[in-house]
Amino acid sequence: MHIMEGFLPLYWCIFWSIISFPFVAYGVYLLKRLAREHRDTLPLLAVSGAFIFVLSSLKLPSVTGSCSHPTGTGLGAILFGPFLTAILGVIVLLYQAVFLAHGGLTTLGANVFSMAIAGPFLGYGIYRGGKAIGLNTFVTIFLAAALTDLFTYVITSLQLALAFPAQMGGIITSFTTFAAIFALTQIPLAIMEGIIIALTFKHIIQARADILLRLNVLTPDQVKKVQESIA
Amino acid sequence: MKYTLEVIAILAVILFAALFMIQNAGKQRTLAPGEEVWSSADDEASKIIESSGYQPWFTPIWTPPSAEIESLLFSIQAAGGALVIGYFFGYYRGRAERP
Repeated sequence: MHIMEGFLPLYWCIFWSIISFPFVAYGVYLLKRLAREHRDTLPLLAVSGAFIFVLSSLKLPSVTGSCSHPTGTGLGAILFGPFLTAILGVIVLLYQAVFLAHGGLTTLGANVFSMAIAGPFLGYGIYRGGKAIGLNTFVTIFLAAALTDLFTYVITSLQLALAFPAQMGGIITSFTTFAAIFALTQIPLAIMEGIIIALTFKHIIQARADILLRLNVLTPDQVKKVQESIA
Repeated sequence: MKYTLEVIAILAVILFAALFMIQNAGKQRTLAPGEEVWSSADDEASKIIESSGYQPWFTPIWTPPSAEIESLLFSIQAAGGALVIGYFFGYYRGRAERP
């Protein structure tokens, strides 16, 4: 989903940076609060960030004949919400932009918006929604993580379509073209990511259910149910 | 049902790999000389943008000088992440087993 360095006109670079900035700034505020009030959750935040590092470095082949990578942002979104995930995403995208020429500094705002803000927001919403209606915890996590991944690529397609509308058919035609490259390629990868994150979550529940309770990710009832189902 | 998720994950990985193997075998047979498959979706999007006549106005400040260096840096990224994940999961597990 990386928009390459220089591949967005300057005003779109500025536009997406301005949109992304408040999310990241609020994330920094939340991070300070988390470090003060829930210090013992920080290792889990590090794990969420590490997940993004690992998954976004794996370029996998997909059915469309091209390669793409998962985002790994679903775990952070479910555990810590979209604002803290935005910070984790910025770190990964900066590393890739500076050391790998993957993505770019000028397109950082746009890439942060798709991968670290829009995707995680949807995933967080799905997780909270699924939790509210009492959907099976692992199914909810699978859906949240998979759609976080997929939605990131939909947004990238939209960003490119807005910046490069087709001469015939405009933004919609252009969006279809980019979505065929990005979103279609992403479907199998998103499914894999959903499964992997659901599996990881199982181990987090086994290891530190107390933190999940404190972060209000799960209710005591849910923890009991899950622990019975995997006992 | 203790390991349901593990089984699903393993099956998904096998299915994913098998799909790739089959598809790749088909693609390699019909490959024209010089044609590339399994390139990055990011590059394909960039090509479409360039074909519309757009010129990137900024180039990366640093580009890995070879494919080896690039894969080295990607490996560092993955290894660093895996280290953190393994460390804390191991720590949690050890903590849980302490009497």
